[in-house]
Amino acid sequence: MEQLQQILEQALQQFAAINDEAELEQVKARYLGKEGSLTALLKGLGKLSNEERPAAGARINVVKQQIETALQARRDAMQQSKLALKLAAESLDVTLPGRGADIGGLHPITLTLQRIEQLFHSLGFAVSSGPEIEHDFYNFTALNIPDNHPARAMHDTFYIDPQHVLRTHTSPVQVRYMEANQPPLKIISPGRVYRVDSDATHSPMFHQVEGLWVDEEISFANLKGVVQDFLQRFFEQDDLQVRFRPSFFPFTEPSAEMDMSWKGGWLEIGGCGMVHPNVLKNVNIDSEKYLGFAFGLGVERLAMLRYGVNDLRQFFESDLRFLKQFN
Amino acid sequence: MKFSENWLRSFVNPALSSAELSHLLTMAGLEVEGLDAVAPPFNNVVVAQVLEVVKHPNADRLNVCQVNVGEDQPLTIVCGASNVAVGVKVPCARIGAVLPGDFKIKQAKVRSIESFGMLCSGKELGLAETSDGLWLLPEDAPVGTTIREYLELDDHIYTLKLTPNRSDCSSLFGIAREVSALTASPCTPLAITAQAVALEEKLVVKVEDAQACPAYYGRLVRGVNAAAATPVWMQRRLERSGLRSISVVVDITNYVMLEMGQPMHAFDAATLSGGITVRRARAGESLTLLNEQVAQLDPEVLVIADDARVLALAGIMGGQGSGVETTTRDVFLESAFFHPDAIVGKARHFGLATDSSFRFERGVDFAATQLALERATQLLIDLCGGQVGAISAVRGTLPTRPAIELRRSRVTRVLGIALSNEQIADLLSRLQFEFTPNGDDYRVTPPSFRFDMSIEADLVEELARLYGYDNIPAIAPKTALTMLPYSETQRPMSRIQQVLVSRAYQEIVSLAFLEEQTERDLCGNDAPLVLQNPIASNLAVMRSSLIGGLINALRFNLNRKQSRVRLFEVGACFAKSGDDYVQTQRLSGLAYGSCQAEQWGVTAKNVDFYDVKADVEALFASLSLRFAAATHPGLHPGRCAQIYLGDALVGWMGELHPQWQQKYDLPLAPVWFELQMDTLLGSKVPRQQEISKFLPVRRDIAVLVDEIVPVQNLLDAMAKASTALVQEITLFDLYRGKGLESGKKSLAFRVLLQDTQKTLTDLEIEASITALVDALLQQGAQMRS
Repeated sequence: MEQLQQILEQALQQFAAINDEAELEQVKARYLGKEGSLTALLKGLGKLSNEERPAAGARINVVKQQIETALQARRDAMQQSKLALKLAAESLDVTLPGRGADIGGLHPITLTLQRIEQLFHSLGFAVSSGPEIEHDFYNFTALNIPDNHPARAMHDTFYIDPQHVLRTHTSPVQVRYMEANQPPLKIISPGRVYRVDSDATHSPMFHQVEGLWVDEEISFANLKGVVQDFLQRFFEQDDLQVRFRPSFFPFTEPSAEMDMSWKGGWLEIGGCGMVHPNVLKNVNIDSEKYLGFAFGLGVERLAMLRYGVNDLRQFFESDLRFLKQFN
Repeated sequence: MKFSENWLRSFVNPALSSAELSHLLTMAGLEVEGLDAVAPPFNNVVVAQVLEVVKHPNADRLNVCQVNVGEDQPLTIVCGASNVAVGVKVPCARIGAVLPGDFKIKQAKVRSIESFGMLCSGKELGLAETSDGLWLLPEDAPVGTTIREYLELDDHIYTLKLTPNRSDCSSLFGIAREVSALTASPCTPLAITAQAVALEEKLVVKVEDAQACPAYYGRLVRGVNAAAATPVWMQRRLERSGLRSISVVVDITNYVMLEMGQPMHAFDAATLSGGITVRRARAGESLTLLNEQVAQLDPEVLVIADDARVLALAGIMGGQGSGVETTTRDVFLESAFFHPDAIVGKARHFGLATDSSFRFERGVDFAATQLALERATQLLIDLCGGQVGAISAVRGTLPTRPAIELRRSRVTRVLGIALSNEQIADLLSRLQFEFTPNGDDYRVTPPSFRFDMSIEADLVEELARLYGYDNIPAIAPKTALTMLPYSETQRPMSRIQQVLVSRAYQEIVSLAFLEEQTERDLCGNDAPLVLQNPIASNLAVMRSSLIGGLINALRFNLNRKQSRVRLFEVGACFAKSGDDYVQTQRLSGLAYGSCQAEQWGVTAKNVDFYDVKADVEALFASLSLRFAAATHPGLHPGRCAQIYLGDALVGWMGELHPQWQQKYDLPLAPVWFELQMDTLLGSKVPRQQEISKFLPVRRDIAVLVDEIVPVQNLLDAMAKASTALVQEITLFDLYRGKGLESGKKSLAFRVLLQDTQKTLTDLEIEASITALVDALLQQGAQMRS
């Protein structure tokens, strides 16, 4: 009995002192192995009488279990500390920069155009496009600007040949679209346009978005409604003031310039108006039955205001230090 | 157009401040681009005369002056100006005056002598940029009058941006008429009286082209003093309208033009031979214009001629040798109506833009032609004296103003607001439109000065303008809702752009025109599409490819110390095709410098053909491309490929030719690609394929081939020989160099085999692989063990 208690204490003591897994298994053998002291005691049970044997066996088994439990606990503890060491050794400097490919970005004009397209898309406007080298007829004549009309002088046109120009506005797309489609029509047409003008506030190439809505009951009040709604949504400013000022475009009547309130003043954002009956006549749309409005927005102006760009020329310089600011 | 507010207010004087008047005009479509005070604010400055000048006892450069400011006692003023002298009239700022820059004039001791004011230069009053001493006023300047009153400085100059339709507002009277319509303030008409005719003598006037010149009035005025001075008030009004005073007769014609909108011309009658003819120029005629330019004439051009020669370009500019000089005694005054169709574009043809052509090509009030002649005569007699001749008049058929039908219902539909009959009648009356109501409709006759009123829409716009665009509400349209088509076989461009963005490309937008030599170099384009009127020689031709813009952008950034550049652009490229032009949208990109941004733990490697090839392949998503070696003028001949989708050539890619790399000063060779945008947009609606429950079997095949054999040939041969079990063949290793015969390369392909229905047997696998190997052997490959 005493011997049993001694074996247990000795085993527990030895286990606690060991820090090596292999050694632990060797020490385990001293107690539980074939030649182990506890195994010897179990073997010795046979010498006992039938009466003594069960109680003695039970006592030995209790100790055996205690030893096994202690053994497992020691094993677990060693595993734990080993894992802890491994983890400690593996720890990273998580503040080092991430590695691999970086990303590029879209041009601020593209971002602006995407925003414009999405906003008008939500009102059901489809997107249409047209050629940049445009026939004189579509750029001018079909838009009620005959040869020698003083309005042509307003346009500072690039000529490719006497009949072809670099389109001076996106309005020719209106005509092309109306030729090919029957009302009701609802499109926007974003694109590049060209004027012979280059200084701090003019680029010889820039972007416009043309809008056109032709239907049986579309009024100037609706034009105001749509443009105002757009500008308020575009700038995410519900109280943005929009002003319509009488102007003149040969292809709209009434015509208006659109101004928006900005830093205490007014800024011109584009031109608009009700589609001129002559333009509808040129594309065989019955101007008695159908009415329409059209507008043209300056994309660079919108982008400059939205993103705080102060020099128009930066858009076309391809300076990565500028472009990456929009990524 | 520029004008003086005070002049305008002499016709119509609404109770509005300058700022309010400016806003009113802008909101009526007469955009005020500039509103400038004639003089900055200052007060208490009067016309003064210097009575006595005595040297300052304590200062060499100062004088003590006695100055008459119109009061009983002269003022003592210490003055340092060198041009002070007894008798001169100068501006004097009195005690209490505040000059520009908030400069307050106080009584002060100047070196122990009390000074009671300051004599001023133009600069000190903010009226000149620089001044050389005191501002010496004319001898007749009234002493004691304030300078502001004397020089009429309490005035503003308006700069109007007139739209081409509003020629009726290209005169003071026209603007006054408009302001009157807008404000209902009365407009005082000019008091013009016909001058008594003293001479019955007339020049014979003939008009050969009555359509181009339906009205011509002219008269002789003999014995004028053309050397008389233009009165100050007239000079001032001309100057504030942006016109220089030239000589009294010319000033009078300009003045009437500004006042009434009628351009006029004055000839020196002594230079004329015989009568006046308005006719088309004859081929071969020429005219030296007042600006010394020689105009070569042709029958397109309307001219004023006498019996001997051409005198003037009708409605545009006079010629030399017939104009009025200060020595002129007899004047022939002309006031004519030239039809806009006869004048439009002609000035521009000669590179001219004159006040006269500006008005005639837009339309001049043909009801006031004779009245303007009377007005000019009146001024001429008043200012230069002389005897008035009888008027030679030729009248043809003037333009008509047919009545226009205006429907109230249409007004409501177009504007989206209901105007009452009373409102419409009021607005039409204010515009001086004659009309006859008929229920809700109107028959409207516009006045002679409105060249922009011919259809109902013109009238609707006028009503809206006068009613006020601000007063029309913004209303969301009501419409039947339908959805837009949304095709799944078209990929949006934004998704394609996003692929490049995720691969570190930065989008640029470059100008569509560039230097001709760049097109020749990089595109081998020997006949570039040239602009007729380029803005600069380095922006003279239209791009046929986006490569030039990308290379320029690359150089721009390399010059700014960027070492790794990846750019792309989407844009139209242009080429001539017969009589028409081909314009294709393309997507083009360029990669330069290291593959990845410089960073820790990554070995730096410069981008090469194959890196960019993967970018191109990613753009087409699941569609597979074929690349074929090709040559391109801009690219390295051994590192250039045409890109095919199916049988269609969809683009190019390659490394920049070393020749251009050197010429364009690039330390490394960029790799460039360009694709047809439309081929990128096509897509298929995906159809799900059955996924095999059985695992694929992998077999590798390694072969040795001649260096010159393209891998594509081997892949094609294997594709042809593939059994149905072959799911995929991929090149996974390429080796050349040590251990291999020179001129050879070793290629290793991974083959995946699979059946959807069963596990493959060894026999089936072997049969498939053998077929592939045979195909490779036929291409000249040797098997590697």
